[in-house]
Amino acid sequence: NYPLYIRSVPTENELKFHYTVHTSLDVVDEKISAMGKALVDQRELYGYVTNSKVKFVMVVDSSNTALRDNEIRSMFRKLHNSYTDIMCNPFYNPGDRIHSRAFDTMVNSMMMQLLIPVPLASPGSPVFSSMENTKAAALPDP
Amino acid sequence: MDPAEEEEGREKPPVIYTMENKPIVTCAGDQTLFSSLYPTLSQQLPREPMEWRRSYGRAPKMIHLESNFVQFKEELLPKEGNKALLTFPFLHIYWTECCDTEVYKTTVKDDITKWQNVLKAHSSVDWLIVVVESDAKKKNKTNILPRTSIVDKIRNDFCNKQSDRCVVLSDPLKDSSRSQESWNAFLTKLRTLLLMSFTKNLGKFEDDMRTLREKRTEPGWSFCEYFMVQEELAFVFEMLQQFEDALVQYDELDALFSQYVVNFGAGDGANWLTFFCQPVRSWNGLILRKPIDMEKRELIQNQEATLLDLRSYLFSRQCTLLIFLQRPWEVSQRALELLHNCVQELKLLEVSVPPGALDCWVFLSCLEVLQRIEGCCDRAQIDANVSHTVGLWSYATEKLKSLGYLCGLVSEKGPNSEDLNRTVDLLAGLGAERPETANASQSPYKKLKEALSSVEAFEKHYLVISCTLSTARLICLTAGTLSEPQVSNICINFNIYSYELEDLSHATIEMYTNIGRIRSAKLVGKDLAEFYMRKKGPQKAEVYLQGALKTYLAEGWALLVTHTRKQLAECQKQLGQIENYLQTSSLLAGDNHLTEEERKRFCQEILDFTNPQAENQGQKVILPMHSFAQLKTLHFDPPNAVVHVGGKLSIELTLLSQMPIPVQVDQVAIHVHFSIEKNSYRKTAEWLTKHKTSNGVINFPSEITGLPLSRNNLPALELSEMYERSPSDNSLNTAGIICKNAHMLLRRQESSSSLDVPSGLTLEDGAHVLKCNNLTLEPGDNKITFNIQAKEPGTYTLRQLCTSVGKVQFVLVHIYPIVQYDVYSQEPQLKVEPMTESLLAGIPQKVKFTVTTGHYTMKSGDTLQLSNADAMPILYHPESKAVIYSNTREKISESSLRIQSSEKITSISLPVAPAYHVIEFELEVMYLPSATESAVEKENTTNKENHRKNKEKQKQDNCMATVDQKVTIDCPWSIYSTIIALTFCIPFNAKHSLLSAGKRKYVQVCVQNLSELCFQLSDYSLKNSAECTDLQLVPLNPASQQVVYSKQSIFFVWELKWTKELPLSLQCLFSVSFCPATSEEQSLTLKPFTYKFQVENFFTLYHVKTEIFPPLDAEYCKTGSLCSLEVSITRLVELSEIDRDEALTESDGYCTTKLMYEVVDNSSNWAVCGKSSGVISMPVAPRAIHKVHMEVMPLFAGYLPFPDVRLFKYLPHHSAHSMQLDADSWIENDNLSVDKNVDEQADSSSIRSRGSLHSTASGEHKGLPMPRLQPFSPGQVFNSSTGMQILVIPSKDDHVLEVNVTSIMVRCQQTPQRKQSHVKYLSAKLKSTTPNAGAEMGSWSRQDQERGIETTKDPKAAHDTFWNSPSAGGACPSLARDMKDSLPGGDLGVPSLI
Repeated sequence: NYPLYIRSVPTENELKFHYTVHTSLDVVDEKISAMGKALVDQRELYGYVTNSKVKFVMVVDSSNTALRDNEIRSMFRKLHNSYTDIMCNPFYNPGDRIHSRAFDTMVNSMMMQLLIPVPLASPGSPVFSSMENTKAAALPDP
Repeated sequence: MDPAEEEEGREKPPVIYTMENKPIVTCAGDQTLFSSLYPTLSQQLPREPMEWRRSYGRAPKMIHLESNFVQFKEELLPKEGNKALLTFPFLHIYWTECCDTEVYKTTVKDDITKWQNVLKAHSSVDWLIVVVESDAKKKNKTNILPRTSIVDKIRNDFCNKQSDRCVVLSDPLKDSSRSQESWNAFLTKLRTLLLMSFTKNLGKFEDDMRTLREKRTEPGWSFCEYFMVQEELAFVFEMLQQFEDALVQYDELDALFSQYVVNFGAGDGANWLTFFCQPVRSWNGLILRKPIDMEKRELIQNQEATLLDLRSYLFSRQCTLLIFLQRPWEVSQRALELLHNCVQELKLLEVSVPPGALDCWVFLSCLEVLQRIEGCCDRAQIDANVSHTVGLWSYATEKLKSLGYLCGLVSEKGPNSEDLNRTVDLLAGLGAERPETANASQSPYKKLKEALSSVEAFEKHYLVISCTLSTARLICLTAGTLSEPQVSNICINFNIYSYELEDLSHATIEMYTNIGRIRSAKLVGKDLAEFYMRKKGPQKAEVYLQGALKTYLAEGWALLVTHTRKQLAECQKQLGQIENYLQTSSLLAGDNHLTEEERKRFCQEILDFTNPQAENQGQKVILPMHSFAQLKTLHFDPPNAVVHVGGKLSIELTLLSQMPIPVQVDQVAIHVHFSIEKNSYRKTAEWLTKHKTSNGVINFPSEITGLPLSRNNLPALELSEMYERSPSDNSLNTAGIICKNAHMLLRRQESSSSLDVPSGLTLEDGAHVLKCNNLTLEPGDNKITFNIQAKEPGTYTLRQLCTSVGKVQFVLVHIYPIVQYDVYSQEPQLKVEPMTESLLAGIPQKVKFTVTTGHYTMKSGDTLQLSNADAMPILYHPESKAVIYSNTREKISESSLRIQSSEKITSISLPVAPAYHVIEFELEVMYLPSATESAVEKENTTNKENHRKNKEKQKQDNCMATVDQKVTIDCPWSIYSTIIALTFCIPFNAKHSLLSAGKRKYVQVCVQNLSELCFQLSDYSLKNSAECTDLQLVPLNPASQQVVYSKQSIFFVWELKWTKELPLSLQCLFSVSFCPATSEEQSLTLKPFTYKFQVENFFTLYHVKTEIFPPLDAEYCKTGSLCSLEVSITRLVELSEIDRDEALTESDGYCTTKLMYEVVDNSSNWAVCGKSSGVISMPVAPRAIHKVHMEVMPLFAGYLPFPDVRLFKYLPHHSAHSMQLDADSWIENDNLSVDKNVDEQADSSSIRSRGSLHSTASGEHKGLPMPRLQPFSPGQVFNSSTGMQILVIPSKDDHVLEVNVTSIMVRCQQTPQRKQSHVKYLSAKLKSTTPNAGAEMGSWSRQDQERGIETTKDPKAAHDTFWNSPSAGGACPSLARDMKDSLPGGDLGVPSLI
């Protein structure tokens, strides 16, 4: 469970987000079979696990009520597609940190898209990260 | 239930006892009768379930009905518009025992009518009349009507269409089957009716409720009102034990409210919501102990509730129901959601909340929920479901922590006045403790109040909480396993608690591993550590920080690692763990996630420590290198990393300094492991140079900091091929790939101990240390050069790299990949090599001496002593120089060579040279084949002689003979002499041959130059070694000097002249001086090339002359016509010693010898008719002539060479003397062998083979003694007609003659058996052409013929013709010219044609 790519906007609270995301992996591990959603009192945290045990975790400001589960789902799908594109790159070594510009811009655009429809005082702070679960053994489903 | 009690209950607010509430059933009529039946009834009613069919497609349910039977009162009936359901009487029963018609008519009927009217007035249709019959009464009253009549009457009177509304209960108090039956019927009826009533009334209620809900968009709609209505429904469900349905009602309310809040957030605010937006003034948490919190309910009812109140109440109801439903875990889960939700909603609604108020509320609520759950579950259940409650614990901790910060409880100085004010405010908001919990010592309220009141208490609570949150065991501890005083004790006594905590921490870790939420545990642990740090308890904090750091490292979360390290550094600093602190600092200083300033600060920390002025004068601190700097490359110079003893090697390191500022380094040292290798050969420069192909640069893999350690440390896959062959036929059975380090790769990653780096940081104490002092390491790449003076030979392995900064040493424990350099020691060596490809004997040639000094240092006066061999003097020029090269072939100096030569010894003084250098010089040597050594061995054939000296070998004609010459050299570094063998090649090969012309004899010597060089030959001479005075060798060679080119031959000819009788054999010695044609100077006396040979039997005994005559009538020979061939053999000398033994046949005083002649035409030009060979008897006398005639026919036209005539000695067998010889038969037999001999004559093989051939041939003739044939020695027979030609004209001249003839000739040659016919055909054809052409051609031919052999251009032909030599060696044109010039024309007896 090490990060392949992690990015947050805005960056002021990055450390806290990292802690959050890291902790949330516990929950994702537990609910490995399905898309999980965890709530912290100010953020919503969504996890998504691909068949190859790559995890995407998205933290969204919970006041961002415009965001429905369906949208989250489609965003994850978008992320997944983009990730697949990266994996198709013959120069990418699976397991390395992702430095792809295409991925960057995609994530950026997604984050911006989230920020714009929510003109709240505290800007939504989505964090995307994808992690690879190095252990192939599936974790026990609680 | 007792009506009296009921009465009492009604005085209180009606819903307090909802739990105990049952649907109300009123009883009218005979109260005493009912009282008597009540116990049975209340007991029997819930006994059997009844199916309740629901409206709106809801699933039917089995339901156990219970009822609260109350006395019928009119005020019980709900008034119009009253929505209260709980107090709603669902069924009205009228009890009567009347069995008397009279009584019925008078009292009961009226009573029932009155009752009915009241019901009707309230539009209540749910009623029942029960008629109780008893046998006792029947017996008393004999005049009773049939009992049915009363019932019938009642039915008639009241139940006009609903006969089922009247029930008979017979003998209820008796235990008879009949009474049982009637009871059952009654109960069933009762249940059915109750349910009917429920369905009807609830349905109506729900409809009303829905209508109310639909109005929610209207302005005046109030959520609170609706809430109360729907809650009423929930109450009823709860009353009916339908908790599920009740919960649904609350959930619906919950969802409705949430939706409104969300809509409000989206800008769609409802008026009533603004009420909830009032500022929060009370945050006293959830209250879950009471089933219904009437205070809150009232607030809601009065529309005075705040959002928190509403939420609290709602949740308390949900919680109650969930606990009824045995789903306590859902409570905890919902609680967490609720708490999160509330916090968000407050934010969304922009409710003003005093700081800390929410935290208080959340904290209290969390604890309340947890305690509630604990209260209804046993320990085992709690243990099993820690995962459900852990979230709440964690949340509570988080909140308590933030409260602590808020109120200044965690600051070191304690709370200040502002903090205290805030605390007081918060405490005020808690309100008073509720009476229910006032007596309990462990209420959340108390906890928080206490916690906030004092620093100490806060700590206790925080610790308790942070501990409990993580472990179920501790939950149990606080919840009740330990008695309350014990817990209090723990809380009070901090020290005792610390011990407990340690134990529990271990338990915690175990528990978390079980739950599987390691990361959360670490985060909480880290928080705890943070708290410890604030409270000056770093030793406790460290464990947690280390634990968290390990996890983050393992999973590669760089930012988290950095942050945790920062905390750890602080902790270690406080703990005074200098080593660890410095290590962490160094890691942080090199961490690029930190800001430049922070990095500099940590770097400065290290430097401060290293400062010798610092009072902390401990011993040295050893830290791992990788955080400080990284070894990137290592560069050897010389690149092969091989150096001789005493040589210099430099190692250049590239260190990537991770520090943000330049660091002054006292010393950089490499610890080197030294090992001696036994195999001394491997230490030589050549070997090592050959086996090290690197360019001297070794790159070290850089550590990737981004990836987790577990990935980093994975070793690379080591694969090898595997073939398995079957033992029988060695064929391939299996091929595969083996992973050699599978055990490393497949190891569980958790258990790898790679994470604890600082374990094995030992500094090797080796004698070999490379040092580099006083450097400044700039941030980034630094190059450090070590210079090494190699001392002992062996292999040096670089083991550790150590950088010392003051007292701190940064150590790279293992340098990997393995880096080695080798020091070798080499013995001095001398090598002598010819400069050219091969050394040629006889001329001075250069030889290169190479002295590799090795470890020996050339001093002045060191000489090479060469023992002189006679055959090989060493020549030198005084100006010859020695060149000294360094080990790497760089020219260093040049010095002249001093050579002193005595008779036996040549001493060469070597120039002064340091060790491991190379001295090179050249000397000239010459091999002189000494005459004494050379010996000539005579072979059977005189024209083939082999030189055979000591070790001289002649392999083939075109290969030079070689001589090995040994030189013994004494070297100054060794007491032993070195023997060096030089191989010389003899550049010449000489051959001789004897030539004759009539009686005159000539000796020819052919000298062949085998070498690549050109030589100038001079002073050639041929001497008769026998010293015969009467023999004279007249040279016929004109020039005194001649050049023989490479791979060419030169011929010399002498004429033999004699005055007396010739000796039988002649010993000759040929000598010629030679020198390289190119060299100008002839300073040295070069020994001439000599060649010894012997010539025997060279007198001419017979002269053979052949003549061909055309037919008598013709002028020329014509093809196809027979010509006569005359062979005349003339004896030239008298009987001499040579053939004395052969001339055995003596008759009449004459000596005769038998000769055999043979006419052979090898070129198939002639057809010999008749006998081609025969034996003649030749008288041994001078001028004796024997003529043989035979017929030959030319087969072709043109100049045809004469057929060969051969002469042999015919030695008849002595015993078969008288035997008549049939020469023809003999020839026939021997034909094959003779032909063979002719062929073999070319290569002049030994006679012996021929003899043996004869002996085998004679053996075939059944032991018949056969005569022998013996050839004459060359020179004994002179054939004067050899090479002569005769013109043969075609039988008919033609213009196209040549063309046709040529083509036919070719064809003829191909098919000789058809020759004749072709020739005839040709003749026939030629006849038809012009006759003149033939004459012209003939005349031209004749002219040519007349000029004879002299004009023949081909020297080889001429040679053969004149000299009749068996030697086929090519003569150079000059020789031919010479010969022509020197030959006396007429004496040779050139035959004239015709």
